Amino acid sequence: MQIKSKVYNNTLYVLLCGELDEHSATHTRITLDNVFAGGDFNQIIIDLSELEFMDSTGIGVLIGRYKKMKDRHIPIYICNPSKQAEKIFKMTGLYDIMPKIV
Amino acid sequence: MKKSNFMEVTFSALSVNEGFARVCVAGFCLQLNPSLDEINDIKTAVSEAVTNCVVHAYPKGHGMITLRCEIEGDLVKITVLDKGVGIKDIAKAREPFFTTKPSEERSGMGFAVMESFMDKVDVDQNEDKGVCVTMYKRINRLQEQVSNA
Repeated sequence: MQIKSKVYNNTLYVLLCGELDEHSATHTRITLDNVFAGGDFNQIIIDLSELEFMDSTGIGVLIGRYKKMKDRHIPIYICNPSKQAEKIFKMTGLYDIMPKIV
Repeated sequence: MKKSNFMEVTFSALSVNEGFARVCVAGFCLQLNPSLDEINDIKTAVSEAVTNCVVHAYPKGHGMITLRCEIEGDLVKITVLDKGVGIKDIAKAREPFFTTKPSEERSGMGFAVMESFMDKVDVDQNEDKGVCVTMYKRINRLQEQVSNA
């Protein structure tokens, strides 16, 4: 899992590249927490266009980050999920807390 | 006459093997000419079943996971089994959002995802202890789509 990020117009853009499963979950959590900790932004957009695979482990990772950002009143949005990721997000109601944007 | 084929592989219950398990089953299923969506559905379901073994089956140390894939005509049967501690209450474990490890940011959606991505999922206690997850999926939609085009 590679994570790229940049801040533009008060928005933190995060690109997840690779596979998000149990094996990569810890690295993803730590990296996202580090990226989210710094910078000057008031919202986060997580781009999944380069995410080649995700299972329900990804839900736990994303909800964990949502809880941390909620305390700072910073919303997180999701864009470009795969068909399988989209199905998991809809099943779990993730979009209720991290809306999908186009 | 229906085509039939079988494969079995056994590997350590380590998270690094999740990707191997996904690719292994996906590669075996390619002979059925599945659609990309069907392959990705199978990979997701296999990943959930193997993750359950990695996370829950062997809390005291090393163990093995056996992955079987059978093809009978256009039906794929995938079995993921371990010889670990088993599941106390299978019905409860299959409920969406149920997890025994909420402190580890786990979603509790593993079985729900398997059921959603496959046609049928059975969960049984393995006779040697441990858990046996059997998943079924019919693969013929790409051929249907082509012949109907």
